[in-house]
Amino acid sequence: MSLFGTGAFGRVVRSGVGRRRVQTVVIALATMMAVAAAVVAGSLIVASNAPFDHAFAKQQGAHITAQFDPAKANASQLKDTGQVDGVTASAGPYPSTTIHPVDSNGGHLPGLTLVGRSSPDGDVDKLDLKSGRWAAKPGEIVLSASFTGPMLGVGSTLKASDAADSPTLTVVGFATSVSETADAWATPGQVSALGSKDTPVTSQMLYRFDSAGTNGQIAADRKALAAAVPSGALVGTQSYLDTKRAADQGAAPTIPFLVAFGVLGIVMSVIIVSSVISGAVGAGLRRIGILKAIGFTPREVVRAYVAQALIPAGAGIALGVVLGNLLAMPLLEDTEQVYGSASLTVAWWVDVLVPAVALLVVGIAALVPALRAGRLRTVEAIAVGRAPRTGRGQWAHRAAGRLPLPRAVTYGLASPFAHPVRTTAMLLAVAFGTLAATFAVGLTSSLNAVGSASDPEDRAAVTAVSGVPGGAGRGPVPRGDQEPPSADPAKVRAAIKAQPGTASYYGMSRTDVTVAGISGPVDASFYQGDSRPGSYEMISGHWITGAGQVVVPTRFLERTGTKIGDTVRVTLEKDTRTLRIVGEAFDTSNDGLAIHADLGSFPGAEPQVFHIEVKPGVSPADYAGKLAAVVRPLGGDVMANSPSEQENMILILNAMAVLLTLMLVSVAGLGVLNSVVLDTRERVHDLGVCKALGMSPRQTVSLVLASVAGIGVLGGLVGVPAGFALHGFVLPVMGHAGGTNLPPSVLDVYAPWQLALLGLAGITIALLGALLPAGWAARARTATALRTE
Amino acid sequence: MSQVIQLDGVAKRYDTVGTPALGPLTLSVEKGEALAVTGPSGSGKSTLLNLVAGLDKPTEGAVTVAGQRIDQRSEHALARFRREQIGMVFQFFNLLDDLTVADNIQLPAQLTGTARRKAADRAMELMEVLGIQKHARAYPGRLSGGERQRVAVARALVNRPALLLADEPTGALDTASGQDVRDLLVDLHRGGQTIVLVTHDLALAEACASRTIHLVDGHLALDSRAEAVR
Repeated sequence: MSLFGTGAFGRVVRSGVGRRRVQTVVIALATMMAVAAAVVAGSLIVASNAPFDHAFAKQQGAHITAQFDPAKANASQLKDTGQVDGVTASAGPYPSTTIHPVDSNGGHLPGLTLVGRSSPDGDVDKLDLKSGRWAAKPGEIVLSASFTGPMLGVGSTLKASDAADSPTLTVVGFATSVSETADAWATPGQVSALGSKDTPVTSQMLYRFDSAGTNGQIAADRKALAAAVPSGALVGTQSYLDTKRAADQGAAPTIPFLVAFGVLGIVMSVIIVSSVISGAVGAGLRRIGILKAIGFTPREVVRAYVAQALIPAGAGIALGVVLGNLLAMPLLEDTEQVYGSASLTVAWWVDVLVPAVALLVVGIAALVPALRAGRLRTVEAIAVGRAPRTGRGQWAHRAAGRLPLPRAVTYGLASPFAHPVRTTAMLLAVAFGTLAATFAVGLTSSLNAVGSASDPEDRAAVTAVSGVPGGAGRGPVPRGDQEPPSADPAKVRAAIKAQPGTASYYGMSRTDVTVAGISGPVDASFYQGDSRPGSYEMISGHWITGAGQVVVPTRFLERTGTKIGDTVRVTLEKDTRTLRIVGEAFDTSNDGLAIHADLGSFPGAEPQVFHIEVKPGVSPADYAGKLAAVVRPLGGDVMANSPSEQENMILILNAMAVLLTLMLVSVAGLGVLNSVVLDTRERVHDLGVCKALGMSPRQTVSLVLASVAGIGVLGGLVGVPAGFALHGFVLPVMGHAGGTNLPPSVLDVYAPWQLALLGLAGITIALLGALLPAGWAARARTATALRTE
Repeated sequence: MSQVIQLDGVAKRYDTVGTPALGPLTLSVEKGEALAVTGPSGSGKSTLLNLVAGLDKPTEGAVTVAGQRIDQRSEHALARFRREQIGMVFQFFNLLDDLTVADNIQLPAQLTGTARRKAADRAMELMEVLGIQKHARAYPGRLSGGERQRVAVARALVNRPALLLADEPTGALDTASGQDVRDLLVDLHRGGQTIVLVTHDLALAEACASRTIHLVDGHLALDSRAEAVR
């Protein structure tokens, strides 16, 4: 028994679906692509909506991570803290200590908080095991997934410290804790064994509270915990609010980007599905008339035509959900990396809501023309396709006929005016496709510009390290257990000056300073010599040109309430100077709390590194080798810089932009394809007449392509400025989310030739979408076409 | 007299089993001749017309029209052949509703690349001859059936074709309009135009044609010229 029965109704539905195979396939394909795009877009919007909160909720994250002194509070007392007022769940105690591991190459890893847990599960902080397995016995360690990389994988070994008798730990897995309760995990016994006098073992407890939304509530919760254990037993706590703030700040810049693409995808999906379905039903009016003539009631006609649309659309929707999930997974994995959150999957309700809405859209899109057809008088419906058409678009044919172009082309150019609604839907599809392409090109260029603007000192061909005076600097330091270089900067400078092949160089020192009005240290970069090659992109003002000047990032200006032209008091060790702000730089390092000034502002300071440009034709590697032969005996070091690699997030966003754009452009192309198929089918008789009169296949192709060319041009003219405007709106929002204004190099990324090329995207989408039906029209047998009513 | 149409053993099958829709058929039509093709529905009349117009290709045999072998030509070459050598008139006119009468008539000329002015002049000349010049800027939907068929005839003649093919040209017309079209075809024939006329209407065939063939089940059942010779 078939879905629609074996009666007349079922036969009508089945034959309607089977007879118009191209239409059926196009409906299924267009619906599939639209639904897939909507699933991807919806998933990304969901993923970008408070990613930390979602991942935190999924993992039952710890509102407070508390460290207790086991000598003052035993395990039983700590377990009892789970009964403190307001605590809704607790886990622990887990032994916790700090290790300073050394990798198999002798490189030192940063100090790691190691916690002993027998499993990744628990009432609080259910860890997400990303790869490998959990530590089952001593000698095994699970690292935070943030350490995953080419140097560390499952099976790698670490020594717990650089002590000779330090135990070896084998990495057996990588896990994520959204609450960041630890950097690594091992068995409780292993952690207890690793404790020492310098790194004592403490007891970690994890808590969830019924009220933990504000810093005040967290403080109150902490106070309640402290009161529940002997005095001095609570040695430290970590609030999830701090972790959340850092995570949200990392994720924030991507959210406007994902929302923009998501909304684009959903809007396009609705437009395409509506136009495809309503066009398909509208094209069947004559058959509807015949059905009514043989006794079908208006209601049966409506049901039959809605069903005919729902069969291929239903198949397309089902396939679209599968395709959308397949496409969303790698994107969500990328998003997960960007957000640093736990496993992101397509939310179940997206998989339910998108097909439900798609079915609704299909149903409505089919119902409206089907109801119109149902109401149509039988004789009128039968006359469709035979009776002379209404006069829509005749003026366009008159006007186009005057153009100095081949007749087949002018005939095609005027055709869209006969179907204003269908033409509008096609125009919207092309315009949205062009908009997506324009936005994606701009976004990719902007992201690349952001990558190029970051860490300008890395642009130098060669870096010479003189040393770290007082050990306070944070210049490049060789890995492993080698001693950091220490050479007289004056001698290194003299060696660089004397070295053949030197084009230019400048000295640089990075250290912490204090700035009046800002609590805590501020990252300061001091420059000696002509530092323009290493200057940051300027948002406003200019780069430093001498002592007494300072260039600062946007957030610095916001935090200090200053503007260009104002002065700030900067203290380096005991030396305080007043510097004038001369520029706002695009520098997002250290949360925007950084300054760039001339080394001459602080006469006691010395450069730690020299960034060198070599003359044209000089190999940086050869130059570095020769300079190293002079500098190394002085106690310094020299290295040639490899071209800096783009940041992971930028590469991920670029990949996302390309994939989403391809999907949206494909959906737009399918929209055009569908409209042209409908149009060609409707005009097959007219095309047959033209061919009978001597229109060649090439002229037929020209006619069909010309019928979409105008729409393509117009779509490009609408889509390019719209994409340009969207880019101009989204980029500053992304910048503000990241705490900075953006320089012109990031904002003004469209070259005039690029915009002109993008303008061609509209006509390209339109022509590609129309190419297939144009070929069909050219190949259609004239005699058959002439018989078609 | 030279031959405008020469069919040698032409047959057309639409499927691999059963008898062919037409032929095998051997037939020639002389220049200036007006041939009426009659026969019941399904006898192969329209198939014959399609083969002569190059709208379809025979399964076997050779089709030569205006001295050109057309059964092995590409679609592109056939299109050029049609626009230069053939004029077609259909039962239901097949005018393009979104073009004016003048534009409909000029269309075949424009497809050949004829200059706009020249095509317009030729169209005007034909409209005057056929008495439809007052409808030049009207759309086909506003004309009577007879007027539409006159427009179709004008369109068929715009490129001065060697052969005019008419498929049931009066089939969709009332008696008066049918008479108009009949007179028009007679005039064209008298003017030397070679015509192949497919019709059920024996009176039309008798009035317009210098020769009549009758097809039954795809085969030539009667040829008036052969009868006359006999």
